[in-house]
Amino acid sequence: MLCRSLEVDGSLRGLRQAHNASVSISNIGVKRMKTERPVNLNLLVFRFPLAAIVSITHRITGVILFAGVAFALYAFDLAVASEQGFVAAKALVAHPLGMFVLLGLIATLTFHIVAGLKHLLMDFHVGDTVEAAFYGSIAVIVLTIVITGAVGVTLW
Amino acid sequence: MVTRVLKFNHSGLSDFMIQRATAMILTPYTFLIMGFFLTTSEMDYGKLVEFFFSLPMQVANSLAMLAIVAHAWIGMWTIGTDYLLEAHAGKHANFIRSAYQVVCLGALFIYLVWAFRLVWQF
Repeated sequence: MLCRSLEVDGSLRGLRQAHNASVSISNIGVKRMKTERPVNLNLLVFRFPLAAIVSITHRITGVILFAGVAFALYAFDLAVASEQGFVAAKALVAHPLGMFVLLGLIATLTFHIVAGLKHLLMDFHVGDTVEAAFYGSIAVIVLTIVITGAVGVTLW
Repeated sequence: MVTRVLKFNHSGLSDFMIQRATAMILTPYTFLIMGFFLTTSEMDYGKLVEFFFSLPMQVANSLAMLAIVAHAWIGMWTIGTDYLLEAHAGKHANFIRSAYQVVCLGALFIYLVWAFRLVWQF
C-alpha cells in the first residue's frame, strides 16, 4: 500500500531510492545492513502528496479561524451597536485592509468547510483511496477558489 | 509521545464525534449567515438588527457559539498534543503545552461571554 501510494504520487524519490538501497543491501548481508541502512529520511527532500498538503492546510485554516472569530465578533459588535457603528463597520470592510482580512477569512472558512466535508466522506470510506484522495484534494482547492470568488463578487 | 501526568477518564471517541457533530451544526449555520448577506440587497442597520435579533437567530447564534467553542477546543488541543512534544518543544514541552491550552481555553471563554452578551443584548 505504501509503495503503491509512492508510485501514484511519483514524487517521493528519496524514499524509493532508500527502498532500493535497502534491497541491494539485503543481498550483501545482515551485518552490513545494520550499519548501511538509510536512517536519514530528510523531510526537505520529499514532495508531499497533495492530500497531505490539503490535510495540513485544513489544520492551519482552523488555527486562522480560531483568531478569525475575534474579528467576526468585533465587526458584529460594531455593526449592531448603533447606526453610526454600522456605518463604521461598513467602512471597515470597504477599506482595502479590512476587505483583505474579510475575503481572506471567507476563503479560509470555505477551505476549512470543504476540506472538512471531504473528511466526513472519508469517514464513510468514500474517496479514501490514494487516487481518490488526489482528485478529492484538487476538488477542495478548485471549490474553494470558485466559492470564494463567487462570494467576493456578490458581496462587492 | 505526550507524557500524561493526569489520567482523566476521557474518551477520544467522544472528541471525534463532538468534532463531527459540531461541524454539522456550523456548516449549515455558515450557509445561513452567508445566504443572508448574499441575498439581502442594500444592507442597512435595520435589516441587520431585525435578522440577527429575531428569536430563532438568537438561538442559532448561541448554538453556533457553543459549537465553535467545542470544535475549536478539540482542534487546538489536538494540534498542541501533536506538536508541543518533548521531541519538538524541548524538555519544558509539558509546561508549554499546558500554558498553550490555558491560553486557548481563556480565549474561547472570552469569545463565549462576548458572543452571548452580543446575542442577547436586545
